[in-house]
Amino acid sequence: MSVLVTTLLAILVLGCMALVFGAILGFASVKFHVEGDPLAEQVDAILPQTQCGQCGYPGCKPYAEAVANGEAINKCAPGGEDTIKKIADLMGVEPPPLDESHDTDNSPKVAFIIEEDCIGCTKCIQACPVDAILGTTKQMHTIIADECTGCDLCVEPCPVDCIVMIPIAKTPQNWQWDLNNIPLVQLD
Amino acid sequence: MGSVIERIKRGNFWTFHGGIHPPEQKFLTTDKPIRAVSIPEQLILPLQQHIGIAGELQVKVGDKVLKGQALTHSMHPMAVPIHAPTSGTISAVKNAVIAHPSGLSELCLFITPDGEDKWRERHICIDFNQLTNNELIDKIASAGISGMGGAGFPTQVKVSIREKIKFLIINAAECEPYISADDLLMREHSPSILDGINILDRILSPAYILIGIEENKPEAIKVLQQATAHNEHIQVCVVPTKYPTGGEKQLIQILTGQEVPSGVLPSSLGIVMHNIATCFAIADAVINDIPLIKRVVTVSGQALKKPQNVWSLLGTPVGFLLEQCGYANKNKKHIIMGGPMMGYSLPTDQVPVVKTTNCVLAPSEQEISSPYSTGTGEIECIRCGQCSDVCPSQLLPQELQWSAKAKDQPQLEKLNLFDCIECGACAYVCPSQIPLVHYYRVAKSEIRTQKQLDIKAEHAKVRFEARKERLARDKIAREEKHKAAAEARKVRMNSGTPQAKTEKSAVAEALARVKAKKAQQTKIGDSVTADHTVTPIDVEQKSQVSAAIARAKAKKLAAQQNIPTEKSVSVDTTDDIAIEPVNDKKAKIAAAVAKAKARKLTEKSNDTALATNKNTLDDNTVISKQVEKSVDDKKAKIAAAVAKAKARKLAEKSNDTALAANKNTLDDNTVISKVVAKPVNDKKAKIAATVTEAKASKLAEQQTKLEST
Repeated sequence: MSVLVTTLLAILVLGCMALVFGAILGFASVKFHVEGDPLAEQVDAILPQTQCGQCGYPGCKPYAEAVANGEAINKCAPGGEDTIKKIADLMGVEPPPLDESHDTDNSPKVAFIIEEDCIGCTKCIQACPVDAILGTTKQMHTIIADECTGCDLCVEPCPVDCIVMIPIAKTPQNWQWDLNNIPLVQLD
Repeated sequence: MGSVIERIKRGNFWTFHGGIHPPEQKFLTTDKPIRAVSIPEQLILPLQQHIGIAGELQVKVGDKVLKGQALTHSMHPMAVPIHAPTSGTISAVKNAVIAHPSGLSELCLFITPDGEDKWRERHICIDFNQLTNNELIDKIASAGISGMGGAGFPTQVKVSIREKIKFLIINAAECEPYISADDLLMREHSPSILDGINILDRILSPAYILIGIEENKPEAIKVLQQATAHNEHIQVCVVPTKYPTGGEKQLIQILTGQEVPSGVLPSSLGIVMHNIATCFAIADAVINDIPLIKRVVTVSGQALKKPQNVWSLLGTPVGFLLEQCGYANKNKKHIIMGGPMMGYSLPTDQVPVVKTTNCVLAPSEQEISSPYSTGTGEIECIRCGQCSDVCPSQLLPQELQWSAKAKDQPQLEKLNLFDCIECGACAYVCPSQIPLVHYYRVAKSEIRTQKQLDIKAEHAKVRFEARKERLARDKIAREEKHKAAAEARKVRMNSGTPQAKTEKSAVAEALARVKAKKAQQTKIGDSVTADHTVTPIDVEQKSQVSAAIARAKAKKLAAQQNIPTEKSVSVDTTDDIAIEPVNDKKAKIAAAVAKAKARKLTEKSNDTALATNKNTLDDNTVISKQVEKSVDDKKAKIAAAVAKAKARKLAEKSNDTALAANKNTLDDNTVISKVVAKPVNDKKAKIAATVTEAKASKLAEQQTKLEST
């Protein structure tokens, strides 16, 4: 008899405690809910945001979302090895080599319009993902170099091939310390 | 603060962590006065000689300039002007190697002196106390003064501080082992220096002025103490010799006991520091109206016969100075700009002296071996910890080194890499001869570049998103506009006014016309039921034409590329369009499509005709011919314009033809454009493609118009 009462009592007490703590935990999880950074956003933060579409997606964010859903992580050509490594670190996988279909040359470039050749067709303006081209119909176009991501997308649509990609010049301002690469002049 | 002053008066200073005592080499130059050297044959003036941005060029090649004339101008606070160091002619404005560790070139002004050394008009100011603070700051700014201790921060920014200043510290420590330029300047020009200090006192009105000087300059100390004896406000603080006492944060700590926190400017602690040579330049600028055009440079090193301090005009090539000081080591030139601890090797002796150049060092091979002739001799870190013992910023140099090698940027920032002043003490004591500072510099520039990229990426993202939003907005707006227009039309037509009635009847007529035409077509179609086509002759002709064009193209390609045909496909006589010279897969597919189309059309062909279409066809051929002819030369654009006009004409013509005919033309066009566009990658093909595409779209437009009416 007493054993039965004790058992019931124990179950009752423990059950009540479970309910109370459950309620506290439930309340806390709602009250102190932390908005986690979804994987796609984290990947997007790593991508170089050139919006070039070389990965086969219309922009960096769509590719980030695709990566979060299991797409291969080695399709970002402008980001190159560094970006792949960073995404691999984030996803906890081995960094694969860059997709073979891509150009391995990811040195920074900026588009330039040879202005005397431009016929003012506005095709490049429509192609530019970051609105970095200025101009209107039958007027010469020009590229705002500071806004250009070097994505290459304006080169293809140009009917007169007046857009060229120029590598960004090395200046003392953007020079990377590399004493092995100093242009050495032979003194006599 | 009172206790700080009392301590200073007792000569009881604080100290900073670490530091080293490299062998003193100042004796090479301290026993000789500052020598004035002659004007070189050419002066090279980089437009930017300080931290910040370059001013705008005010002169052009061929201009005659007077001594002291401003050559650049800018309203930006971080830009300081440069001035002509002597009178002469601007002989060139071009890129030349500048005083920078990268050895890269930047825009420089080349002045050929005329030897007259003729001044521009000067306004000597006898009593600077009559000038307002703003006038004083203006004079300093327009004289182009930037910090002369090494970093080259624009002085006008440092004198325009609004915070209440407790201590103005004059940095005369000069802790690098070879340099004695400030020492000699103090000995010979203490009155001017004192004037400069007084001007700074006027502008900043600090509670105390402290002159920090190392004890290894007894003569300069004596001169300064005599000059400031009557002034309680100014304290000459003789501090123990230790490298790097001359670092800004280190000197502040020694004199005031305050540590400047990471990422905080000393001015927020009420402290401003100026170099002693800057004080001299300020006095010269304000009182004598002499802009910063010359400075004292220590030319030293055991490879020189006569090492000495010299008054060098800015822009003097260091080779000229070395020559003047008896440079002996002609064969193996190794020149260092700056001191041996923080300086950098120069790639050529044509690098000019700039505002921040305090020393040009030409060491013998035994003294300091050239990094170009020998390897660094770096071996593995043995974790002795000597580097962290000497680090004046209390960093962990070996951990920094590991992280730098691993390119672990977050860890580097956690280890406060950016507090490293690159003094080189760690590399100096390293028994493994690891060039630690070099690793830090590389890592720093990588992190900076990465930050820039991150900012740019963020910016691009914002713009991309904004564009996407804009496009969506535009689309909705367009749809709404169309809807509204349609509504308005409906309302207008139902309004019952005479105008509406005519409009209505016009529409009705058009509809009737279309109906009639349709009926007629059905009739024709019925009469040629066996052939299942509306305009067979036209179709046949067109298929022939398109085949011919494709053939011509293919031939041309073969001729151009000279690639042996990997697989030549010859088809039956009517449609042997595809002699396939290119390996391009796409081209093959396109050709196959064209072929199939042509065959299909030929099969369907019949004698029934619509004569009008002949014109269209002719035009087509003309266009393609035009295109082909023109592609090679620069006139491509003109040709394209002609073609466009043709296309328009053609479109107009085909307006008159039956709908179905148009459709066929359109199809053919598309085929042609495909055939043309796909196989070739060059310019010509693109132009041709554009033209045909334009044509096609025009036709499509026409067609839809016709259909809609």
